[in-house]
Formats: sequence, C-alpha cells, structure tokens
Amino acid sequence: MSLDLQTLAALSVGDVIAERDFSLTRDSLVRYAGASGDFNTIHYRDDIAKSVGLDGVLAHGMLTMGLAVQPVLDWLGDPALIDDYQVRFTRPVYVDAETGATVSVIAKVGQLDAEAGTARIDLVVSFNEATVLGKAQVRVHAG
Amino acid sequence: MSINPELQGRVYPQTPGYLVGREKIREFSRAVLSANPLNFDVEAAQAAGYADLVAPPTFAIVMQELTLQQLLADEDAGIELSHVVHGDQRFSQSRPIVAGDELTATMTIASVKTLGGNAMITSESRIEDAEGNHVVTSISTLVVRGDS
Repeated sequence: MSLDLQTLAALSVGDVIAERDFSLTRDSLVRYAGASGDFNTIHYRDDIAKSVGLDGVLAHGMLTMGLAVQPVLDWLGDPALIDDYQVRFTRPVYVDAETGATVSVIAKVGQLDAEAGTARIDLVVSFNEATVLGKAQVRVHAG
Repeated sequence: MSINPELQGRVYPQTPGYLVGREKIREFSRAVLSANPLNFDVEAAQAAGYADLVAPPTFAIVMQELTLQQLLADEDAGIELSHVVHGDQRFSQSRPIVAGDELTATMTIASVKTLGGNAMITSESRIEDAEGNHVVTSISTLVVRGDS
C-alpha cells in the first residue's frame, strides 16, 4: 500500500505519521563509514575528535539523515513518492564507546496541499533531549 | 589558505559511470538501519514495480562523494578536508536509484560565501542515468573553517 490521494486528503497539519527510536553504537559508525566511503577520522577516533574541539566520536550527519527518513518511507509505501528531502546539521550526535546513543525521530505533517496531492513531512530528530537536525523536511506526493 | 572566490559557477567534468550493485544497496541500507524490504528483497522490489532493489533516498551521497573528491583534489580551490564541516544536505529526486543503474554526476559550484573567517560552499551534483535522464540532484553546503 502506498500513500494515495484519499489518505493524504484526510491528514491534518500537525498529525504524527510515524515515530521511531534508533540505537547507534560505534559499530554502526564503522559500518556507515564503509558503506558510504566517508572515512573522516572524527567518526572513529576520540583523540582526533577532541583535538578539533568536539567532545568525542560523533555519528556521520549523513547517517542521521539516512535513518531519520526510514519511518517516512515505511509510511509512504513507495519511495518514488518522495520528491525532495533536506536537512540542516545543527548539533552533533555523540556516540559513547560503551553505551552508544539513541536518536529519536518524530515525523509530522508540516504542510498540506490536498488539491495538488502534496505534503511536507517535518522530522523532529533528537538526541539527549535536543534536536540535532534543523529544517528536516521531506516533500512527498500521493501516488 | 583561503577559499578561492572564483570557484563560484565552476562546473567540474562529469564523473565516470558508477554501476549501482545489489550488494552495495544492501550494504548501504543496513548501514542506515533500514528494514525496508524494497532495499533487500528483489522479489519485493519487483512486486512493487521496480526492475531491481531500490536504494534508500540518501544513497545519492555515494555519487556526491565522487564529486567532492574532485573539489578536494582541485588545488586551485584551497579546501582541506580536516577543515570541512557538513552544513546542510538536500536531495531532489525524479526517481529512486535502482540496482543496475549506471550513474554519472556533474558538479556545479552554486555559491561561495564567506562569513567571518569561514567559507560556505554550496555544490549541486546532477546525477543522471545512462540515458542522460535526471535521477536526483544532490545539493550540499560545506562549511570550511578558516585558519585560526
């Protein structure tokens, strides 16, 4: 099932369409580095991260961006219904060597045009009670 | 070293073709914690009308990475990776990337701005398939911290 016009028209701005928590460990960062080709050392070496003024190893921004859209994709059904996805990286997600990190995603309807069959889904993505992405928006259309 | 303001408007050569493989899509999908069958199960993807496995929307970063290498290798640009922070990212897609696609990327430097001691470079990488049709444009702003 993918998002159809009828389902879209029944939405209201502010509706939560999906939410999910993601657990990250240092292993997740190594896996993402390999898969994406981003081997920036601040994502696996605490000493280097600290030398550039960070608290320690942090998740790749693109890992956070990549996981944050997953609940929206599952809700949409068909990934072709996404027209545009953008984020601004505002705060680091520090991944503790022992306890890891939990990233929470809440996806809400931010804007709706039932006539055009389009919607903007806004993502609230947080870690340690603070948002880590700004202007995280997924523009979608009904199929 | 400061960022060359003449970068603005520069268009880099189209990258060589990148053949999107099934296992690469599975690997990337696991890495972004996807559990979506369209990313892993060929039958599920075909049942949904796709020729093969579908890549997650941020997979285009793999193509953008290739264009970023061009920018970093450009001695005239004056950018050192250790000084770079990712500011924002956007993907505008015509269709999802699918296994079997042979993609190229062409990067244009859309803007170069300096703010305080930092420079902000916005690049647009237009990603096309083997037929020359638009698949996705990957737009990225890198913040390059000035020497302190």
